[in-house]
Parts: sequence; C-alpha cells; structure tokens
Amino acid sequence: MNTLFNMIPSVLMIVSPILITAVGGMICEKSGVVNIALEGLMGVGACAAASAHVLMEGAGLGTPSIWISLAIGASIGAIFSLIHAVAAINLNADQTISGTGINLLADGATIFVAQILFNADRTREFRMGMQTDALGIYPTAYIALTVVLLAWFILYKLPFGMHLRACGEHPHAADSVGINVKRIRYIAVLTSGLLAGLAGGCIVLTQTIQYTSNTINGRGFIALAAVSFGRWRPVGVTFAAFLFGTAQAFAIIANNFPALRVLPSEVFNMLPYIITLIALVAFSGKNYAPRANGKPYIKGAS
Amino acid sequence: MKSVEKHESLTNRLLSSDGAVSVLVVLLGFLVGTILVAIVGKNPLNMYKAIFQSLSGYNIDNGKMNIRYIGETLNYAVPFILCGLSMAFAARAGLFNIGGEGQYIMGLTVAQVIGLLGPQVSGLHWILAILGAMIVGAFWGGIVGILKAKYEVSEVVSTIMLNYVALYLSRIICLQLPGATTYKTANFPETALLNNSLFQKLTNNSMLNNGFFLMIIALVVYWFIMEKTNLGFGLRATGFNKEAARCSGIPVVKSIAISMAIAGTFAGLAGGIVALGSFRYGRILSGMDNYGFNGIAVALVGNNTAFGTMLAGFLFGMLKNAQALMQGKQIPKEITFIIQGLIVVFIALRSAIAIYLAWRNKRQLQREVLTK
Repeated sequence: MNTLFNMIPSVLMIVSPILITAVGGMICEKSGVVNIALEGLMGVGACAAASAHVLMEGAGLGTPSIWISLAIGASIGAIFSLIHAVAAINLNADQTISGTGINLLADGATIFVAQILFNADRTREFRMGMQTDALGIYPTAYIALTVVLLAWFILYKLPFGMHLRACGEHPHAADSVGINVKRIRYIAVLTSGLLAGLAGGCIVLTQTIQYTSNTINGRGFIALAAVSFGRWRPVGVTFAAFLFGTAQAFAIIANNFPALRVLPSEVFNMLPYIITLIALVAFSGKNYAPRANGKPYIKGAS
Repeated sequence: MKSVEKHESLTNRLLSSDGAVSVLVVLLGFLVGTILVAIVGKNPLNMYKAIFQSLSGYNIDNGKMNIRYIGETLNYAVPFILCGLSMAFAARAGLFNIGGEGQYIMGLTVAQVIGLLGPQVSGLHWILAILGAMIVGAFWGGIVGILKAKYEVSEVVSTIMLNYVALYLSRIICLQLPGATTYKTANFPETALLNNSLFQKLTNNSMLNNGFFLMIIALVVYWFIMEKTNLGFGLRATGFNKEAARCSGIPVVKSIAISMAIAGTFAGLAGGIVALGSFRYGRILSGMDNYGFNGIAVALVGNNTAFGTMLAGFLFGMLKNAQALMQGKQIPKEITFIIQGLIVVFIALRSAIAIYLAWRNKRQLQREVLTK
C-alpha cells in the first residue's frame, strides 16, 4: 500500500502532460477540427523548451529559465499549429493529411534544430529541471489541474464556450446567428497547439534532461485516444488521461511490484491503445463526437 | 489576346492535372528545404551533391563512381513503395490507412519469428517467412476494416491505436526469440535471407535483394486488381460514393474489410522484406521505422496510382539513401525528413488550388458579364 501511495507523484508527473494535451485536443475537436498533429506539436514544444532552457541556463539564468522555457515551448507549439489552422480552416484541406504532414515535419524539424544548435541528434543536457514541492509533486500537476478547470469553465459556463461547441455541432446554424466560425476555429486550433507545446515542455523539464527523437514516444497519440475515450467531455477526458497515464507509469515502475514483474512492461505500454479500441467498439452506434468534427466549413453549402 | 487565353488554359490544365500538381508539390518541398539549409548557414549545393550521388552513384567531389549507391537507393525504395501501395489501396476505397506502420511492424515481427524458428529448407524458408508477414499484415489491416464496417469505428483512430499495439507486441514477441539482447536477436540462418548474389555482384555488394522482385510483382498485382477486376471496380466505386455503390449492389461492408486487408498485405510484405533483406539479425524495435507513415506521403504524391506510387517511392528511397552522404557533408540528414513532411503539408494545402480555380472562374464570368 505504501508503495502505491509513493507512486502518486510519478503518476501525476506522467498524467499531467497527457491531460494538458488531451484538453487541447478536446477543445480543437469541439470546434469541429480534428487534430492528429498533437504528437508532433508536443515534439516541437518539447524541443523548443529544452533548447531554450539549456541556452538560458548556460547564460546563468536560474529558476526563471524554466518558466520562460515553458512559455517558449507553448508559443512554438501554437505557431506550428498555425499550419494546421490555415490548411483546415481557410483552405478546406483534408485534416488528416495536414495533421500527418505536421507530425512528419516535426520529426525532422526538431532534430534539425538540435543539429544546428548543438551539433548532435539531441539537445544538450540541462543541469536542473523542474523541482518538486514539499509533497514531491511537480508544478506541472497544478498546471494541468488549472488547464482542465479553465477549459471546463470556458466551454460550459461562458457564451464563448457555447459558441465554440456550436461550431463543432452545426457550423451553419452558428454562422446564421452571427458567430464567426472561422475565428473560433482558429482560436481552438491555436489553443490546442499552445497546450500541446506546453505539455511537451512539461515532459522534457520533469521526466528527462534533454530532447531526443524518443522523448514524446506516442504520448500525443495517447492524448488523442483520451479525447475519444473520454467522449469529448472534460470529466471523461480527465478520467481517461489518468487511466492511460497510470498505465504508462506502471510500465516504468512495474518492477517494484513482485506480482507484476511476470508481465513484460510493454503490456502496460499497450494498455491505453487497447482500452481505447475496446471502448470505441463498445460505444459504437452512439456517436459522442461533435457532429461536424473533421468537416471543413464552407459558407453557403450545407 | 489569343495568346493570353492559351496561356490561361495551360495553367488551368496544369492545375487540374494530378500529376503536374504532384511535381509542383515536390518541387515546393525541395525549394523550402533548400532555403532552410541556406538560412542555417550551410551550402545547399552539398545537399544536392549527396542526392545526385545516391541517384547515380557518381561522386561529384572526387569523380569516383560507385554503383553500390544505386543498389541501395533501389533497396530503400522497396518498403516505401509497398507502404505507399498499402495507403493507396485503402485510399481508393475511401479509407485513410495511417496503420501502414503497424501492419509493417507485424509483418516484420512474423518474418523474424519464422526466419529464426522456421524450417531451414533452402528455397522454402524465406517464402514461408514472407507469406507469414503478408498474412499477419492482412490480419492487422483486416481488423481495422471490420471495426470500420461493422462498428463504425473511424479507421484513422483505430489504425493509430493499432500502430502502437503492434510496436509493443513486437517487442514482447521478439524479446523471446533466440539470442535476444535489448536490441537484436541471433543471426538468421542463410535459408531465411532474401540475398540475391547476382544483384550483389552487379551493384558492388549493396543490400539490394529478392525483395525488389516481390515489390515489382506487388505493383503489377495492385494495378491489376484496381483496374481490371470486379473487386477493384467495387472498391473504387465505394471510394467515390458509398451510397451509390450500396444502391448498385456492391457489398460495401465487405469491400471495406477486404480493401483494408489487402492494404495490410502490402505493408506486411514491406515489413517481411526489410526484416530478411536488409538485416542479418532480428531487430527489437525501440521506435517506429516510419516507412508506414512515409507510405502515406508516397501514395499522396503518387496520386494512388501504381506508376505514381512507384516514382514517389523511388524519390523517397533516394532521399533516405542520401542521408548518410549529407551527414558526411555537414548537412543535417534530418533535412530529408523536413522535405518529406513539407511535401505532405503542401499536399494538404493543394485544396487551395480548387478554391483558386473557383475564384478565377468567378472573376472571369464577372468580366464577361461586364464587357457585355
């Protein structure tokens, strides 16, 4: 029991970035734009944050460097997601293709930057990452909590949130009552990029000491799974992120439990994906996704 | 006036031709990549020297010719083309197969298992391994088809999930194989390998192997199924308009399942060929090989036709082979990934062309009305 209790901080460390990204993905899909580029956006955010932190740490900037790096990671994520926004919203592009393109592009661009800045296929190690508080919990957990609460409040308690959800359900109806569909979708896509970038920074600054091509390792796709497993609702998405994050944590710390050591750690790695598949089959027929999700909005056509 | 009209119709024709747009997209990708290399202070010429060497075997810097580079480029192209066919086959039936990677990994895994544990009979062993790879690929793709057809699970989400299931399943299986360390297994027996001694002699010991023949056969099979059979017609009809296909008696549910299974077969074959052709030992994957993901780009550039996919696959094989050469010339090899990513992004942006053409038609109409 005590070991389980001791696990909580590391579970929170792993859950937080997944949750932050999933909330971004949820907001994006609520507005009617599918974003499978979350993985790549986390990557650019993580790489930007790691690079910025190494350089600022080297320049003698102490703790503020971590927070500035997080902000830089988030902004770069948002800037990168502009590609998706322009493609999906202005040019009516196929959102799956544009998302795939961003994922491939991010793969190359991050390591390319590392090659230019540090002459290696990874960023240079930084000395000090984020520090835990008295309870052993990283600040990222509090950031994630704030993000979820804020997203819930905005989506369900403010007029803006209702407008955003309307754009994802029936953009023509939303347009007819004077809601600017394109503007709202832009905000949603950029928010998802911002949050994915932020989450990437959180991963790098809490779980490793540098960015490599393996840093994100499918966590963006886990976040994507959490969005659909959580049925596009803040509570559901939070629950899904916790479930998947715990499975990921078990993959790392299963060795501490004699009963679990018989299973290969890969079983826990696989779990989020299998659960999502089973859930998608079990929920089939009932459509929880926003109705206009993934469809470009063309004015006049219906 | 007349020449202007002619000029306009040429642009129109070019912009509505899929092939020309693909060429434009690839050129744009290279252009932006070149600018990027120049911005970071490297000489883009070195990038093109490396690409030229991987294409022709000729080293411009010292005038030496080594035909091995051509062999390697052809060998690298094989999995790109097969994964491209996988994506293209599904796309023709209106499905988006992001699962090429998972189907490829399952093919690779089964080929490694049979390669290490199968009967060591010359001429039979590798055929069994390749068949196994194709069957498991078909199964892995078929699951997606059934989920989509029966339970209406989006193939985009389910294929992404299955990619990672495949990766970790592959690790679990391969870690049990004989001689497994953290990253490789024991060497394959000779009978499992796809080597072709003639190819090796011709191309100065490149890794080019019998997989090349299998790829050619796959291309022909793809073309034949798509263009010449009832099955292919049904698939394409489903892709164009599901409802119309259903009304004209085409079994849409079956079509979707079959097309995903065949798509998976191509990717599984790619995995088998890479496992037994390009390596002498089984690999325990720590990440994706990315052939499956790049297959998406290959099929998109090739407009889902057999010939186009082949050309695009060679382009990607050439880029992959050029990576090591670029690194030797102080150009970060990741520029090739960037170019590939840019190509996909530009393909997504090509929907702008339709918007542009519509706008131009409208303007022309306005002008005609005004002059009247």
